[in-house]
Amino acid sequence: MTTDPRAKVVISGLRKTFEVDGAALTAIERIDLSIPAQQFVSIVGTSGCGKSTLLNMVGGLDRPSGGRILIDGAPVTGPGRDRGFVFQSYTLFEWMTVSGNIRFALEKSALPRSEKEALVGHFIEAVGLRGFENAYPKQLSGGMRQRVAIARALVYRPSILLMDEPFGALDAQTRGMMQELLLKVWEEHRVTVLFVTHDVDEAIFLADRVIILASRPGRVKRDIAVDLPRPRAFDLVTEPRFMALKREILAEIREETLKVMAADLSAGRG
Amino acid sequence: MSLDPSVPPQGAAEARPPGRRDLLRLRQEIPRHVFTAAGVVVPLALLALWWGVTALGLVRPLFLPSPGAVLAEGWRQASEGILLQDAAVSVYRIMIGWLAATVVAVPVGILMGNYRLIEGALEPFISVVRYMPIVALIPLTILWAGIGDMQKIVILFLGTFFQQTLMIMDNVKNIDLSLIRAGQTLGFSDREILRRIILPAASPGIWDTLRITVGWTWTYLVVAELVAANEGLGRRIMDAQRYLATDTIVWGTLFIGFLGLVTDWAFKRAGRRLFRWNAPVRG
Repeated sequence: MTTDPRAKVVISGLRKTFEVDGAALTAIERIDLSIPAQQFVSIVGTSGCGKSTLLNMVGGLDRPSGGRILIDGAPVTGPGRDRGFVFQSYTLFEWMTVSGNIRFALEKSALPRSEKEALVGHFIEAVGLRGFENAYPKQLSGGMRQRVAIARALVYRPSILLMDEPFGALDAQTRGMMQELLLKVWEEHRVTVLFVTHDVDEAIFLADRVIILASRPGRVKRDIAVDLPRPRAFDLVTEPRFMALKREILAEIREETLKVMAADLSAGRG
Repeated sequence: MSLDPSVPPQGAAEARPPGRRDLLRLRQEIPRHVFTAAGVVVPLALLALWWGVTALGLVRPLFLPSPGAVLAEGWRQASEGILLQDAAVSVYRIMIGWLAATVVAVPVGILMGNYRLIEGALEPFISVVRYMPIVALIPLTILWAGIGDMQKIVILFLGTFFQQTLMIMDNVKNIDLSLIRAGQTLGFSDREILRRIILPAASPGIWDTLRITVGWTWTYLVVAELVAANEGLGRRIMDAQRYLATDTIVWGTLFIGFLGLVTDWAFKRAGRRLFRWNAPVRG
């Protein structure tokens, strides 16, 4: 697969191995991807396919064992404020209020105080948390905590948003609401999004493009364009085109899952 | 208090009054007053049992004096001024011993919890020392620190420090790794993450460790005042042994327990005030 060097994110020949009990384990064999600016990309695959590892490497939290990741043409050497991160667990600073958490993300920015306050206020509004500025995270529900996390990851205006199963711990109803909220915020702040999820509906509903990773070792199995119009509403999931995409992606993932199960059984780990 | 109306309050009271069976269900919440009453009834029952066996003359006062005799001994010590003097001396030693241990253990524990190299360097040493009997160290402490207050403080320090350090290391390790990663993505340096994220995140746990370990310092009081002490709550008990003054022994033991309880309570209250953000959400 060739990569487009002008893309926002260019991943080429990416490889990651871990050492487990002295033995090298290949998590990612080879990934080549180019992601244009402002694209919303979902990454799906069976557990252990290296999707979170891939995201961590783009975020600069893990180092690749080989290959490279370019953002705007410059190699990733560590975490940076051009990228915002939302984790699956509620990684809020519990000793800070809602606005304190969001303000904390702006501390390293050179903006004048008044502008920072305006940004904090704007993003609290954008994620629908007006009235909860002074609440502490422990007083909030899971969905509300992830709204704070999204606001915190966007407030310093990164051009890339990395999301690692951000709604995985939420109940189905809250998750649906959060997906719509995320799309609404994203329509307004067009950043490039890499969104890792287990949920195929979620992957299609949100994205312009769904990347299916193959497992053990991880590599790109399919790269599927989601040709559904925006803005999208919740009832999109019942439309024929959506269903067709879902069927196709589910079949790919199922094939991978069966392969992994067969491998586990023959290795006596099943 | 939950601010989100969509979250049902935890442990919401059911409409019907709780039956007797409901009090002994696995993990079942019980009415507050029943919980409190249970905690009062058990000590009262033990007290009644104690009073009963002594009043009926089932044990000789040499082995177990009556509650009245123990209270009378307490009153005598209080009115003669001995009690306050002993308590002042002992509380002073405990405060200094515990503070000295804490001042060292908090930074060392935090470093051990964050830097594998420091953990690797210190953990084996501390793990060995913490199993050494403190009583056996008395001769050495006298050799090193003399027979004054300092020796008592050293014993209290040794009894507290090593466990405390390992517990603080665990408190620090137990915080969610993603908090650190979140700090990295926001552009903070390692030092800033340590001070502004790891430390506050671990602080409720560390406070709890301080509360538990001050209790241990109290339990080492008698050991600390075993040798070459003229005053102190522990000394009073050891002296009483010589004269078979069982009432003094029982009074002293109960009084130390009582002061320990007060300390614990004070720590819990202060902790609730310090870490309001960490309050469990109640319906």
